[in-house]
Amino acid sequence: MSKAILEIKHLQKSFGKNNVLRDIDFTIYPGDITSIIGASGSGKSTLLRCINVLERPTGGEILHNGKNILDKSNNVAAYRAKVGMVFQSFNLFDNMTVLENCTIGVTKVLKKDKKYAEDLAMKYLTQVGMSPYINAKPKQLSGGQKQRVAIARALCMQPEVLLFDEPTSALDPEMVGEVLDVIRSLAEEGMTMIIVTHEMAFARDVSNRTIFMDKGVIAEEGTPQQLFTNPQNPRTKEFLSRFMNN
Amino acid sequence: MTSVLPESFIGKVLYLAEHYGPAYLEGAKLTLFIALVGTLFGCLIGFVCGIVQTIPLSKNDSFLKIAVVKLAKWTLNVYVEFFRGTPMMVQAMLFYYGFIQYTSYRPTTTLAGIVVVSINTGAYMAETMRGGIFSVDKGQTEGAKAIGMTHFQTMLYVILPQAIRNIMPQIGNNLIINIKDTSVLSVISVCELMYHGKAVAGTYYTTFESFTIVSIIYLTLTFACSRLLRLLEKHIDGADSYDLATTDTLAHTSGMTNYPHKREEDEL
Ligand SMILES: Nc1ncnc2c1ncn2[C@@H]1O[C@H](COP(=O)(O)OP(=O)(O)OP(=O)(O)O)[C@@H](O)[C@H]1O
Ligand SMILES: [Mg+2]
Repeated sequence: MSKAILEIKHLQKSFGKNNVLRDIDFTIYPGDITSIIGASGSGKSTLLRCINVLERPTGGEILHNGKNILDKSNNVAAYRAKVGMVFQSFNLFDNMTVLENCTIGVTKVLKKDKKYAEDLAMKYLTQVGMSPYINAKPKQLSGGQKQRVAIARALCMQPEVLLFDEPTSALDPEMVGEVLDVIRSLAEEGMTMIIVTHEMAFARDVSNRTIFMDKGVIAEEGTPQQLFTNPQNPRTKEFLSRFMNN
Repeated sequence: MTSVLPESFIGKVLYLAEHYGPAYLEGAKLTLFIALVGTLFGCLIGFVCGIVQTIPLSKNDSFLKIAVVKLAKWTLNVYVEFFRGTPMMVQAMLFYYGFIQYTSYRPTTTLAGIVVVSINTGAYMAETMRGGIFSVDKGQTEGAKAIGMTHFQTMLYVILPQAIRNIMPQIGNNLIINIKDTSVLSVISVCELMYHGKAVAGTYYTTFESFTIVSIIYLTLTFACSRLLRLLEKHIDGADSYDLATTDTLAHTSGMTNYPHKREEDEL
């Protein structure tokens, strides 16, 4: 088995007295596509935000290539450059064009030259079908277009793993497909991804592992086939049946 | 003067304009100069204050960093409260006569004027800038962090350009206020427009006529500045629409990329 990219060990996060994550353990290997499902408030977003330290965990370890990134001496910004994140609300830079959104990290964080950054940006913008819009500002784009740019921006950093937090939840239904198609194409290329989603059918075909979260713990995990067709935990059954009925 | 002062209001105004035009213009030039330089430095002071005031602290930071940042924030609060809470005219007196009476340093009145206007504007801009920084939605800060930007880079490339754009109307407001409020600097004998207006008024007992001219000049200056700032805002906002770039992907893969190389990053 190849070396793990991320090992999450006994991860905990509490906001005051509210224990949002309790003892989370899992490991990400290169090429893994992990979908995370669970009820609203179960801690899915918090888990992703802890993984790239947008929230600081209150306990446990996150080992990146064997090194605990929660050590005080660790350079969090440098680590984040290797872990991409795509948000529900896109979070594009409004003062920059589509092209600049994609190149800024490459030139300023990775310190590559501008030509290299623009070529890379064009490559990924083409992949997500947004190359004609390089001169547009985020405010001039539809939700689906913004999300595709956000994915291209994350890809430009050539991350080891890409985190998605409900990438289609803020989109009008007719735009969901275009974004899911982009994520599918990444899956085919072997991109390592962790995807929090409420799109059950999508989670089922795109991922090779599914985690069901319930009240801050991993209540069940397994292959999508196991989890969706033959859930073991009563909570998983309940969640899935409620979802399938809607 | 050889010619006699006319009787009518219009006549008097034209007479003063003709004979003292250069004096008024000298005053107007100095007024504009102090207002522009004072606003510029005031903005810089305000930006720095606003940036310091919004430095995030986390439990993970070292004790030294927390102590230094807290002390800096406290000091800036005192500064802001003092300069917003006292009239600029009083500040000018304190600053100028403070040096004259208690030190051997003799600032020129113009320099004293610029310093007072800058510090005063800075106190207002500090609060404005803080608001401007908070007005940029937090999601963009997270977006920047997520691609590995440091707090400093996030500020420089993402937050400040938008914060400054958002507070442009207030910067314009401050410039206009400063053009008018430099008039209080006549108390320390800065030879700006108000000072010349009073001098000419006293020569012929033509107070109303002289200040008619003075007000026309102030109005011209403020109006011109507000229009210019509008144009600048438009320029910063850029085009309302965008051009679609060529979609010929074959051209791209063959190395014939056809997309414009944009200007270097917005200089601040
Ligand atoms: N900054 C915060 N401060 C306090 N409590 C928070 C904070 N962020 C999240 N929480 C709490 O943590 C819990 C888990 O939230 P989280 O956003 O991780 O859920 P989620 O599984 O992503 O839900 P959803 O499906 O609605 O996105 C919630 O009870 C929420 O109120
Ligand atoms: Mg969530």
